[in-house]
Amino acid sequence: MTAVIEEAASGPAPAQKPARDHTPIVITLRIRRFLPDLVGPNGEPPVPFWQDFQVEADPTERILTAMLKVKGEQDGSLTFRRSCAHGICGSDAMRINGRNRLACKTLVKDLDVTKPITIEAIKGLEVEKDLVVDMDPFFQSFKDVMPFLITSGNEPTRERLQSPEDRERFDDTTKCILCACCTTSCPVFWTDGQYFGPAAIVNAHRFIFDSRDEGAEQRLEILNEKEGVWRCRTTFNCTDACPRGIEVTKAIQEVKRALIFRRV
Amino acid sequence: MQIHKYDTVIVGAGGAGMRAALEASKNSRTAVLTKLYPTRSHTGAAQGGMCAALANVEEDNWEWHTFDTVKGGDYLTDQDAAEIMCKEAIDAVLDLEKMGLPFSRTPEGRIDQRRFGGHTRDHGKAAVRRSCYAADRTGHMILQTLFQNCVKQNVEFFNEFYVLDLLLVDDEDGNKTTSGVVAYELASGEVHVFQAKAVIFATGGFGKVFKTTSNAHTLTGDGMGIAWRRGLPLEDMEFYQFHPTGLAGLGILLTEGARGEGGILRNADGERFMERYAPTIKDLAPRDIVARSMVLEVLEGRGAGPNKDYVYLDLTHLPAEQIEEKLPDITEFARTYLGVEPTTELVPVYPTAHYAMGGIPTNVEAEVLSDNETVVPGLYAAGEVACVSVHGSNRLGTNSLLDINVFGRRAGIAAAKYAATADFVELPENPAADVVALLERLRDSDGTERVAAIRAEMQETMDANAGVYRTEETLKQAAADIKALQKRYANVSIQDKGKRFNTDLLEAVELGFLLDLAEVLVAGAQNRKESRGGHAREDYQARDDANYMKHTMAYREVDANGDVSIRLDWKPVVVTRYQPMERKY
Repeated sequence: MTAVIEEAASGPAPAQKPARDHTPIVITLRIRRFLPDLVGPNGEPPVPFWQDFQVEADPTERILTAMLKVKGEQDGSLTFRRSCAHGICGSDAMRINGRNRLACKTLVKDLDVTKPITIEAIKGLEVEKDLVVDMDPFFQSFKDVMPFLITSGNEPTRERLQSPEDRERFDDTTKCILCACCTTSCPVFWTDGQYFGPAAIVNAHRFIFDSRDEGAEQRLEILNEKEGVWRCRTTFNCTDACPRGIEVTKAIQEVKRALIFRRV
Repeated sequence: MQIHKYDTVIVGAGGAGMRAALEASKNSRTAVLTKLYPTRSHTGAAQGGMCAALANVEEDNWEWHTFDTVKGGDYLTDQDAAEIMCKEAIDAVLDLEKMGLPFSRTPEGRIDQRRFGGHTRDHGKAAVRRSCYAADRTGHMILQTLFQNCVKQNVEFFNEFYVLDLLLVDDEDGNKTTSGVVAYELASGEVHVFQAKAVIFATGGFGKVFKTTSNAHTLTGDGMGIAWRRGLPLEDMEFYQFHPTGLAGLGILLTEGARGEGGILRNADGERFMERYAPTIKDLAPRDIVARSMVLEVLEGRGAGPNKDYVYLDLTHLPAEQIEEKLPDITEFARTYLGVEPTTELVPVYPTAHYAMGGIPTNVEAEVLSDNETVVPGLYAAGEVACVSVHGSNRLGTNSLLDINVFGRRAGIAAAKYAATADFVELPENPAADVVALLERLRDSDGTERVAAIRAEMQETMDANAGVYRTEETLKQAAADIKALQKRYANVSIQDKGKRFNTDLLEAVELGFLLDLAEVLVAGAQNRKESRGGHAREDYQARDDANYMKHTMAYREVDANGDVSIRLDWKPVVVTRYQPMERKY
């Protein structure tokens, strides 16, 4: 049950630390461009290229904001996905200074601004245009692990009961926003596009360890296959990349253990 | 141009769209067209919970919930609709649990419930624990759960398809009937026509008319804009909700659940100022009251920070474990975006544009209306795009997640039922002509205006002149600014001339919708000379039931010269059991 502090009396506010530095600086975004409509004069296929953009930014600003300024003020053809802009919708996964991150959760001040900031599409999925990749294979792997509650028998009239401890068991993997930061940071996924990848396993874990679910056996069988969980080489790239702080590698290990001992 | 044929077409894949899809696809051939991948929808950003009188942790019933919804809406709520929503809330929550939603639990294993603004026990006696939640990511879990069930049920999605037009055909009596929609496929730049017996709009809100907003970049009011241009009315557009606790300067949402867990608002002097404005439920007063109070604190010089332009959300007296367990996401937002540690420091907050109470008028079956009572056969709307009106002039926290589930479900059922007996209506000649002309004009224009500049100026004037408090003068300014921006918009050009993934082009289209909707919002606000819920007039501070306890209905009129104007009319409020009373908390 929710603990509620009933009354807290009025009183002096706790001290505030000094405001952060908002002095604008000029940064360089070095963006990997690919324009599919840019066919050469003799019909040559379009080729990717690097392009630098200089933009004024507040150090506390998001990289996404800087990119929106480039698109709005300098080059409208710069193309990337974005929606919520605060790390919850998972649209703007990209490779920033060689690391997979969400552009809306990466602040200018957290990067080395004395050098150009490199921005590329996430790896392992086909680039459609600039930072936009084909997400369909990623979502297909998600669908392949049966990412939904499987139950048998009659539905209860009220809610199914679940203890807070049982609910806690899979809490971490419910945070996934399907941004693909983890899967496209995985070296196994880069070389073998058939591998389910961390995100799909995370979503399988979310159900395998849900006390209400009865489909663990089927999902474990799927993940036991050639392109399943055994391809994981425990490099922890996925855990480092997850913008939601999910312990992805740990979740994969728990699925492996469940397969070995055949119990969750 | 490709032509597709489906019984039911759903536009939008947020909570309302996918809840509708789960129903409609059971009984009719259904396509969901969405401008994003479904899991990117802004339902996922909702945090605090979904209210239903489950009475899992204390006494509660749906009648109390109905009363709170009506009173919270400052008596502009249609009471029949509110009653349906609050009654069906219980099953709506239980349905989600059965679909797999991982709600936070009580020690007994039941769905846990917490307090939320304006939700009270026995008609206002005290705050009640009514909000069912999953930590502070309830919207995320609803969106994921609905998507998971759409996968299970093999719902057919057309991802990154932007619906840009609604096809309405006059029947023999001259009444509009639905024949389909026209969509633009982002990946290819192709235009597609979807012929459908039933169309459900579930496209969400239009928060991007404002600068400081909790809304996603994609919330550009496309559905409302399309309906408006096709001559359908918009209801109660002046009622726009400002959520009290946006991260100061950024607008990123911090859930009201933070106050439900015991958080307190303080001014620069450390005073818990809500004690003065709402002595009984204090920080848990409805959002309109809290937002107005915060603005008054700042206007009267008690704002905090170097520019005295915000107040504080104080969580420091709560146990750190409680914050980590119940409010993990918002804690991280404060750390990431403001560099503030909420367990030990005060969080700077200020109201942020959050939710449209108004929208496309519908009845309780989610059928769209072309005036106060005429149904448009085959056309439905649910969620923020619609105005049922269950929220009246001010929505209570958590009632949006409830709205999308209850009325999304109703829309899906009603559409499939209609499609089972109705015939396809023949498409108009050249069904895509208007969309093609719009796109070509924007793509081929050599105008000198830039989309981003016009959008920024619109957002500036809306924040400054049509925000929490409005006056005749500020609204006049906003109206003049928008008119001038619309003129400039006619001279807008884009740089990306390509066919594939041309988001430059779509941002230009979206800006057109935003400008139309900003104009309607301001016109309604000018016309309503009272203060009620999400519409606060400095020059008319009292609620005026004698003259204004009625819904605004705005119509787009085109004269013989092709000039467009807005005609404003009224629609009575449905009152069943609650007579208007003074609104005290």
